[in-house]
Amino acid sequence: MPKSRSAYSIPGKIGKIERHIIVVWVDNEAGVLARIAGLFSGRGYNIESLAVAEVDKKKHISRITIVTEGTPQVIEQINLQLKKLVPVHKVADFKRGEKDILFRELALFKILGNSKKVEKVKKICRKYNPVILDKTNKSIVIQVTALRAEIDKLALDLKTLGLISTSRTGAVAMTKGPKIFN
Amino acid sequence: MPRLLSGAEIVFKALEDQKVEYIFGYPGGAVLPIYDELKNHKSIKHILARHEQGAGHSAEGYARSSGKPGVLLVTSGPGATNAVTALTDAYMDSIPLVCISGQVPTHLIGTDAFQECDTTGITRPCTKHNWLVKDVNDLAKILHLAFEVASTGRPGPVLVDIPKDIQFKKGKYKFFKNTLKKKLNGKTTHKISNIELDKFIDLIKRSSKPIFYTGGGVINSGPEASKYLRELVSLTGFPITSTLQGLGAYPGDDQQFLGMLGMHGTYEANNAMHDCDLMINIGARFDDRITGKVDEFSPGSKKIHVDIDPSSIGKNIKVDLAIVSDVTELLKSLIKRFKEKNKNFVNSNKQKTSKWWEQIEKWREKKSLNFINSDKVIKPQHAVKRLYELTKKKDTFITTEVGQHQMWAAQHYKFSKPNRWMTSGGLGTMGYGLPAAIGVQIANPGKLVVDIAGEASVLMTMQEMSTAVQYRLPIKIFILNNEYMGMVRQWQELLHEKNYSESYTAALPDFVKLAESYGCVGIRAKTPNELDEKINEMISIDKPVIFDCVVDKAENCFPMIPSGKPHNQMILGPEEEEEISEEGKILV
Repeated sequence: MPKSRSAYSIPGKIGKIERHIIVVWVDNEAGVLARIAGLFSGRGYNIESLAVAEVDKKKHISRITIVTEGTPQVIEQINLQLKKLVPVHKVADFKRGEKDILFRELALFKILGNSKKVEKVKKICRKYNPVILDKTNKSIVIQVTALRAEIDKLALDLKTLGLISTSRTGAVAMTKGPKIFN
Repeated sequence: MPRLLSGAEIVFKALEDQKVEYIFGYPGGAVLPIYDELKNHKSIKHILARHEQGAGHSAEGYARSSGKPGVLLVTSGPGATNAVTALTDAYMDSIPLVCISGQVPTHLIGTDAFQECDTTGITRPCTKHNWLVKDVNDLAKILHLAFEVASTGRPGPVLVDIPKDIQFKKGKYKFFKNTLKKKLNGKTTHKISNIELDKFIDLIKRSSKPIFYTGGGVINSGPEASKYLRELVSLTGFPITSTLQGLGAYPGDDQQFLGMLGMHGTYEANNAMHDCDLMINIGARFDDRITGKVDEFSPGSKKIHVDIDPSSIGKNIKVDLAIVSDVTELLKSLIKRFKEKNKNFVNSNKQKTSKWWEQIEKWREKKSLNFINSDKVIKPQHAVKRLYELTKKKDTFITTEVGQHQMWAAQHYKFSKPNRWMTSGGLGTMGYGLPAAIGVQIANPGKLVVDIAGEASVLMTMQEMSTAVQYRLPIKIFILNNEYMGMVRQWQELLHEKNYSESYTAALPDFVKLAESYGCVGIRAKTPNELDEKINEMISIDKPVIFDCVVDKAENCFPMIPSGKPHNQMILGPEEEEEISEEGKILV
């Protein structure tokens, strides 16, 4: 047993780390994102990615999707602590890999190269709903939507094909079927 | 059409509608319109502190001893940053505070204006919620919501930041009631089900080594909760221990009470927590000063946890039955259900727990709070015991600073009522006790209010003596003066090879002369034989008193759970401490 040289206890066993997607509905008011982000940083939780936008213009409700990692105990704390915040309406929590839930991230890639290269790029991206948003004779900007790992891999593959700039969003999530989050 | 009011008028209108009688504060440029309005509202009295931190702790003392939210009024910039310690303290110990701060005019926000700071940004992590008011027509609603947030669910501090132009602007006023949708910190409503109650009762009936472990939640739930707790403990015949914050919820001199638990708790309380087969946690939060090493915390017990804050449940310790509820509500329905079904519980159960009580008596025989008294120097424990004996017949309110004296006060002063014990537990704020005593005395005129203090702590907010004198508040500052930051010195002795780095205060003031210069009374006691007489003198004086009690410089606070150890491995006194250091310093 390691010896402690302080009046605080030494750390106990650490549980298994899981990745979760947490969806939070909040009042879209000043400082609300700082409250959420501050809760995570202040309690030592981790934000891997974050996506926020207002989804109800009338009631001013924003939907925040946070990807995070932690032990089951930490994930439970994140949920409970979020629910305590005054502007938070509801919180939904999903484990990565759950079957009845969809995740998507969006990425924009800018690629330099001739038409031959562009054709190659299109081919590599074809599984990920590619849309060419801009095209010149020297460059293209291509949009894809896919899972995080897929975009990671795409970015790697495109590097040799003249990728010079990448812009990505955080993940957004939705349940499958007629059900909605509760 | 209703008359339009200025922002400053709206502030007072809201305070009046919230039945606020006292505000603690300090004026400054950005709150002048509010201070200007003060004269028109005779039902609200302003207590002028000498530092915003002092005002904050006074508001805390007021809230803790009265059960009503404390109100704090400060200016922008330094006024707000000075209040941060008090807000954080209130956040950690769940004390309802409403802090109103001035802010630079709206058009100057973000320009680094004079006395500007990002008050809502700075106080976001140390309040339950805060607001920057951008429209005077939102002000009334925000203020009433602020009171509601501060005092519902698990109580805590809130802050409303009001730019100076908003204080001047005219707007509408309306009294908003119960606008908060979420009552219980995240849960909308929670009705205690009979299934939960029956599980609770079943666990009680099955256990042969039970213990109640109660905390500040019982106090925060109101005096009713203490009444019900006493009834339940007497119904079951179970032993009970309390956290630092819960002292007073159950009478300290009762046979079923095992004393405080935790790092400096009694031997019997900690061993009973370790060996029990049923732990009933009511309104406590498994804080690290209580649990010690989490992996070895009470390994063989079923655990019940009653807490109003769902995020307190399962945060540090996994439990078998969790009930999110206000303590009063739960105890009321539990006792009712219990009585319906178990008329002869005490008699049938006595046998089941008799062995447990025998074991507890064996632990008690260790007399872990004993100390070697002296007839030459005043032992600090002896001083607290004498203070208790000489004040116990009065309805006495005790506040403390933070350190050894705080633990000795918790160990040796026995409380019989809730709301009589005000101490900074969560944050551990040195300098809390003196200003808190001011707030307590404001809320309880005519009562005896004593701050059991250390000389180092009390110097941190000593300026508030001037406030006590101004408002003729006869608070007693009972300083256990050992010239050291005692707890720091103790840890350095036990953990850092007696390297007393910077824990001795040279050039302390003469506290008797200091008292006189503030216009209050100074008393010094140097020997045990003059102690009683001097304490009686202090009690009889109807003015603020600083009592310089010169105590043994080297005394350590025992018993103690060494760091990283479970509850059943306490050190009882200096003799054992030697043994342990020879054994290869397991402690350090």
